[in-house]
Amino acid sequence: MKRRTILKGGAALGLVSVMGGRMAMAQGLEKVKAGFVYVGPIGDGGWTFQHHQGALAVQEAYGDKVEIVWQENVPEGADAERVLTQMALSGCNIIFTTSFGYMDPTNAVAAKFPDVKFEHATGYKRDHANVSTYNARFYEGRAVQGHIAGKMTKTNKIGYIGSFPIPEVIMGINSYYLHAKKVNPDVELSVVWAFTWFDPAKEADAAKALIDQGVDVIASHTDSTAPLAEAAKTNGAVIGFGQASDMADYKPSPRVSSIIDNWAPYYVKRVGALLDGTYEQADAWEGIAGGEVEIGEITDAVPADVRAEAEALRDSIAAGTYHPFTGPINKQDGSAWLAEGQTAPDGDLLGMMFYVEGITGEIPS
Amino acid sequence: MVRLEKRPSPSAFWQWATPVLAVVLTMIAGGIMFALLGKNPVEAIRTIFWDPLFNEQFAAYSRPQLLVKAGPLILIAVGLSLGFRAGIWNIGAEGQYIMGAIFGAGVGLALYPVETRWVFPLMVVAGVFGGWLWAMIPAILKTRFNTNEILVSLLLVYVAQNILASMSLGLLRNPEGGGFPGSRNLGQIPAMANPELIPGTGMHWGVIAAFVVVIAAYVMLQRHILGFHIKLSGQAPRAARFAGVSPQRLVVLCMGISGALAGAAGLFEVAGPSGQISIDFNVGYGFTAIIVAFLGRLNPIGILLAGLLMALTYIGGELASFMLSLPSAAIQAFQGMLLFFLLAVDLLTNYRVRFGAKREVA
Repeated sequence: MKRRTILKGGAALGLVSVMGGRMAMAQGLEKVKAGFVYVGPIGDGGWTFQHHQGALAVQEAYGDKVEIVWQENVPEGADAERVLTQMALSGCNIIFTTSFGYMDPTNAVAAKFPDVKFEHATGYKRDHANVSTYNARFYEGRAVQGHIAGKMTKTNKIGYIGSFPIPEVIMGINSYYLHAKKVNPDVELSVVWAFTWFDPAKEADAAKALIDQGVDVIASHTDSTAPLAEAAKTNGAVIGFGQASDMADYKPSPRVSSIIDNWAPYYVKRVGALLDGTYEQADAWEGIAGGEVEIGEITDAVPADVRAEAEALRDSIAAGTYHPFTGPINKQDGSAWLAEGQTAPDGDLLGMMFYVEGITGEIPS
Repeated sequence: MVRLEKRPSPSAFWQWATPVLAVVLTMIAGGIMFALLGKNPVEAIRTIFWDPLFNEQFAAYSRPQLLVKAGPLILIAVGLSLGFRAGIWNIGAEGQYIMGAIFGAGVGLALYPVETRWVFPLMVVAGVFGGWLWAMIPAILKTRFNTNEILVSLLLVYVAQNILASMSLGLLRNPEGGGFPGSRNLGQIPAMANPELIPGTGMHWGVIAAFVVVIAAYVMLQRHILGFHIKLSGQAPRAARFAGVSPQRLVVLCMGISGALAGAAGLFEVAGPSGQISIDFNVGYGFTAIIVAFLGRLNPIGILLAGLLMALTYIGGELASFMLSLPSAAIQAFQGMLLFFLLAVDLLTNYRVRFGAKREVA
């Protein structure tokens, strides 16, 4: 599977907190060499681009005290294992592997290099004391997008381009739909599965299919700007959102807002911990509050009152006063999931393989 | 004035000298490209060709990895070369490689959790069968309906990719994987694993199979009547027909052998280095093997060397990429130059370069 996503349901239960003290280092390092392994090209304008921005932020923050190296377009599987091994052999102290599919290779190589720290994005396996995982609560951003979509749609049809039917994506679809439905009870959601993380041609086809169905607001869970490019051809009839990166080139419309993955604070923090000797194994899952998920500027294409509501929603999530999955929420089949006032446990989210009530269609398997 | 004069027969010297010349030209042109990117060209070339073999820090690890990377390339390329020699163009080895992996892994996983040592040999048979079967589609279509095997085999790659995605999400998905695409890790199931046979050497059954196939193909081409028929069909199709070679039979045989070997490569990869069926299991070995086959002059020994050289550019390219911050596109361009120059200087095998005006024949 191409890259990232997901901490697994059962395995992740109760792990979403920093695991304390197990391997605190006696003292910091004089100089840190940090490696970054990317699944796509740095120029993808989305997922990999944002990770690389995080890497550059580390360099910026610590100057001479760090050396960063990176490798782009690393296929998942056997090739990843070799790249990781070579990076460890070259003297890296910490290696960030930025895609879900690097999970097994990361743990395999970590076993051979106990003195090197490994940080795997969006995985759930921490088989060794030197493996940490990190992810972001993108579903918080999806709530804000859903709100805007529900308010902005004229056809009452909104769309979502799914990458793979896995919990992280389904979580985003559910959050997007719930918040659109909340402000527009007539809204209908269409989901198209692209089965890729990055393939501009397929993403464009998916966007076209949605537009042909009468959809006029498109959210995407893939990495390229192709869906926005398709929306741009409709002379303002269809709007969308930047994904992973701000995609500001499509402002003010069709790109009316965006979810920006900001990995810089986490990378700076982890490398800093290695420098000052406070590094510990972790399982991080931060959202808007932690700065990992940012909502890109909501443009003038959105009426001022809708913008204000969306920003208020964002702020309430950041403040912790509102959880995007707050009951009552039923599953698609009508069975109860969350009771009135109950918020979703992280374990439920991380293993989410069902649609919420009101979404039509099936999750492919 | 420079002109080209066709040689009466291909030059034996240039046949072997052109790959070497192509490598040298690639180094020069690649060096210029690296220099334009602001990198030290000598250091970049050294990192690609020298460090994986002799750098103290990396070599102990990289050298065995050469075999891991070259194994499937050689296995597939030898199979392709037989057809290419006879003018039968199987471009879809990538699809046959995928189907071999699916069939092989499928048989293994269907037997899970049986723990006998017969599981792995069965998987090999299934993998070979899967690749063979996928190659039979273009072969039969060609012999029955005279379709173009280049197009059919190539397009079947995309069909295979979609079957792969469907298998990863459905039938072969790991039931204990929490709903995530991808099969169980075969490498962690002893009865199905294709492990490193001697630790630290990179040798697995697929690498051994590649060596065996190189020898077998060499012997066949030199000594066996089938080898003679293949060579004859490529060089003189009419003569081959007079000699009693059935073109239909040759198509089925060559496509079948290349498909079976690609399928075997897929099985050895899925049970070994890769470990599982996943949506992006294939990383282009089937296409790269086409380059390897031509770089090796469609000769088994040449393919062995070409496969190792290609693997070196991959592993060295990875080193150069992160040691020197070279963009991965530059490494790909570098590998592309190799084929480009090979095809360009190949001209020298069949043509002589003459200086001066053509003399009139009185």
